Amino acid sequence: MSEPVREVPFRGGGFAPRRIRRLAPPFFLLLLLLWEGAVRAGTVSALLLPPPSAILEALYELAASGDLWRHLEASLQRLVLGWALGTAAGLLLGLAIGISSLGRTLGIPLVAALFPIPKIAMLPLFILWFGIGEPSKVATIALGSFFPTVINAYAGIDAVPRSLVRMGQSFGLSHRAVILKILLPGALPGILAGARISSSIALVLLLAAEMIGAQYGIGALVLQAGNLMRTDRLMAGVVVLSLLGLAVSALIGLAERRLLAWR
Amino acid sequence: MRLLFEGVGHAFDGLEVLEGIDLAVAAGETLAILGPSGCGKSTLLAIAGGLLRPARGRVRLAGTPPEGCLNPLTYVFQDFALLPWRTVAGNVALALEAALDRRQRRERVAEVLRLTGLSDFAGAYPRQLSGGMRQRVGIARALAVRPAVLLMDEPLSALDAQTRELLLEEFLALWRRARTTTLYVTHNLDEALRIADRICVLSRRPGRIRGILEVPLPVAERTAPGHAAVIGELRAELWRMIADEVRAADRELAGAAAAHE
Ligand SMILES: Nc1ncnc2c1ncn2[C@@H]1O[C@H](COP(=O)(O)OP(=O)(O)OP(=O)(O)O)[C@@H](O)[C@H]1O
Ligand SMILES: [Mg+2]
Repeated sequence: MSEPVREVPFRGGGFAPRRIRRLAPPFFLLLLLLWEGAVRAGTVSALLLPPPSAILEALYELAASGDLWRHLEASLQRLVLGWALGTAAGLLLGLAIGISSLGRTLGIPLVAALFPIPKIAMLPLFILWFGIGEPSKVATIALGSFFPTVINAYAGIDAVPRSLVRMGQSFGLSHRAVILKILLPGALPGILAGARISSSIALVLLLAAEMIGAQYGIGALVLQAGNLMRTDRLMAGVVVLSLLGLAVSALIGLAERRLLAWR
Repeated sequence: MRLLFEGVGHAFDGLEVLEGIDLAVAAGETLAILGPSGCGKSTLLAIAGGLLRPARGRVRLAGTPPEGCLNPLTYVFQDFALLPWRTVAGNVALALEAALDRRQRRERVAEVLRLTGLSDFAGAYPRQLSGGMRQRVGIARALAVRPAVLLMDEPLSALDAQTRELLLEEFLALWRRARTTTLYVTHNLDEALRIADRICVLSRRPGRIRGILEVPLPVAERTAPGHAAVIGELRAELWRMIADEVRAADRELAGAAAAHE
């Protein structure tokens, strides 16, 4: 009698998705073609959903007439200014919460109480304070960027191992040096994660603020186009917004690769 | 320099951890501190380096620091405590940045990296290094400030046995040159017997000095086959001093855990 012998059956593999090279671009192209085809065949109304070709044309018109750049410039100014102000202030309060007992005692309840307020609800008040012009929009964007920055900055500082702080103190580093050379670099991954969140919030608030009262800005462009039933223009504005979001995210990605190369 | 503990005692929120520590570490001496887990060894070292204010007593430092000393009391940490975003050279330079200009700093960093065999790794990040290499960086960083007293809290216990052996040899070679006063906390009897001039045994918590044992052989001769018997006898004596404490501490820990249930 011979004992049974069989090969060990394989049961590993799977659950490890990876990117298949050069598949995504043709896939997107196919979607666009289907979209275009559906509109041209009359399955979908061109007014309700303009085809990619019409959106592209509207985009070209906007660019050629210079309107696009005026709108884009106005939006970028608000975005950069509001986000920079909110982030700078957020870093300061986040640092205060991260290193001082007073900052922590007073700052955390403050953030907990104010963070959940939808910031756009503050715009009417800001308009009363600052007028309908730029400052009220910038203030709304700054406020929206402020809170995620605070939270991520102090969480980032909290996540720096205390053993590293002790190490710094044991080598006689000054308080300033411990902050600049240990706490802040250690908190940088958290701070950049916060920048991702705050920048996307800033983008949403920018749009909302521009739709409430602005002559120029991508939000104003989209709103005006909608009022005129120019859905091709409207969609062109949406495309610009999406590109803007991609650009912001790419910039942060670049910063992460440059500053966090050690990871 | 000499390090003097005078009636040092400490408690954490009512938990007595150290009691009546009177101890003088002589200039150039390597003193090992041995004791059961939780008896206050790390606490004693933190007090020695000014990282923790003792509840009772005081620690004094006597003598003149060596030339170019930037940080008289300098630690080597069990978990290395390297900054992951700095290279090897950057980590070593950290403690030099306030006092030295760029050129002096570069010279000192190069010198200690050479001493610790790290010259080829100056640009590497900690995550790219093995545990042994990381602790070499910890030692290079400590040597770079030309310390008067080295405070080492189980510097080898996070390493595997072979790496530990290797680094121990390297420490000893470095010590023989610099003769830096050293306080060396360890769990390991053999490690203590290899490097220490004297071994101070602490009792279980609250840690008191149970006894101090002198190792009457020059460090270089301790591994010689002819001295195996002497070392063996010292080891047995150390174990006699410490075994009861370890056993009792173990039982107390188990008791505390059971009471907690
Ligand atoms: N910051 C602290 N707060 C409260 N209790 C502490 C603190 N640090 C240490 N302890 C307690 O004090 C006692 C002594 O701790 P210590 O770390 O000095 O012991 P140790 O001898 O170094 O132990 P091990 O051999 O495990 O490293 C332990 O019971 C520990 O739980
Ligand atoms: Mg310890």
